[in-house]
Amino acid sequence: MPTETIAGTTVELNDEGFFEHPEQWTPEMAPELARREGIEELTPSHWQVIDFMRKEYFEKGTGPTVRVLGKTSGVSVKELYQLFPKGPAKVAAKIAGIPKPRGCI
Amino acid sequence: MQSEIEAVEIATDTVHLVDGTNLQYDLLVVATGATLRPEETDGLTGPGWNERVFTFYDLAGATALEQGLAAFEGGRLVVNVVDLPIKCPVAPLEFCFLADWYFHERNIRDRVELTYVTPLDAAFTKPVAASALAQLLDEKGVARVAEFNTGEVDGSGGRLISYDEREVPFDLAVVVPLHAGAPYVGRSPGLGDELDFIPTDERTLQSKVKPNVFAIGDAASIPASKAGSVTHFEGEVLEKNIVAFLEGRPLDASYDGHANCFIETGFDKALLIDFNYDTEPLPGRFPGRLGPMPLLAESRLNHLGKLMFQWFYWHTLLPGRDLPGIHAQMSMSGKRQP
Repeated sequence: MPTETIAGTTVELNDEGFFEHPEQWTPEMAPELARREGIEELTPSHWQVIDFMRKEYFEKGTGPTVRVLGKTSGVSVKELYQLFPKGPAKVAAKIAGIPKPRGCI
Repeated sequence: MQSEIEAVEIATDTVHLVDGTNLQYDLLVVATGATLRPEETDGLTGPGWNERVFTFYDLAGATALEQGLAAFEGGRLVVNVVDLPIKCPVAPLEFCFLADWYFHERNIRDRVELTYVTPLDAAFTKPVAASALAQLLDEKGVARVAEFNTGEVDGSGGRLISYDEREVPFDLAVVVPLHAGAPYVGRSPGLGDELDFIPTDERTLQSKVKPNVFAIGDAASIPASKAGSVTHFEGEVLEKNIVAFLEGRPLDASYDGHANCFIETGFDKALLIDFNYDTEPLPGRFPGRLGPMPLLAESRLNHLGKLMFQWFYWHTLLPGRDLPGIHAQMSMSGKRQP
């Protein structure tokens, strides 16, 4: 499993860049993770989504899909795409340090 | 008793029917399936709906599409899955394969551009099957657009528009709308999730909302396909667990996510896949290593198997008898990791 140093701490990421152990994540890592995804600055709206993703993950065992995010996070789907242009569910999950949302079978 | 459900009150173990009757229960099994929510996508039911924008997921849509296809003389046909989960995740791919065959039979295949547009990053959710199915789409000349989250369908302009503002033009669109649970679930406090499916334990089928509520089939939010075979295999575990719960014994946690389905690929051939939570669809033989049907590969025998299954469905499964060699728990015999 590849390890990387983010904000001075060594963490394990999988091949796609998602955290293997969400408990290794700290809020200090988010800005660096965001820059890797092309997001230069995390606004309060970004943080609203990131916090929501982590809460959902620890409650339900998987991160939410884009549609569920749009229905429940308080941020509309259109806005989610403005915040995380390359795909809100996947990109926000990476920045929030949780595994890729299962979404579907 | 036949009446529509107004709502379920899990706090008082009561089902309220629309005719005013209230039913008390000791144990509730939710088996009310999934419904289509085309109105959740901007423009989908607007201009062009059932004229050049269709769905084959209900009878009215399928019959309208039949006429739409008969009148189609060529151009861009787009098959679009709006979101997942959907009933029978392979059906949209099957439609692509069968459309290729249909236009081939009509001698106009060279005038039809077929495109499969999916929100997934691949042709299917599981990697080995995704690559086999992608190869089949390539062989049949079906183009793919991946990671496309449909935000709007412009029926008059003939465009699918994604949330990230990409566009796919079409002359005829076959759209699989968003699925959700039965609407009464949304009217029942605490019973369902955001999409009106029942949060359910994937091994026991007991709901996570209250111990005396269970769910089976498409109504349940579990990481298995919404498919008839899944519901059939779930039935065995659910039956045991209803008795166990009422007798106060521990539940059987043995449902393994077993699903199995034929995928018709046209030209009198079909694929067969067999999988569960832990094992994705793999190549091999079925049932068992001496079984006559190849897994994850096209064959005429699979198509015949599909036709024979229709008889077995009515005369074996519905009367409650088992199919020989096929059990609720998936077997690894005959499967091989590529």
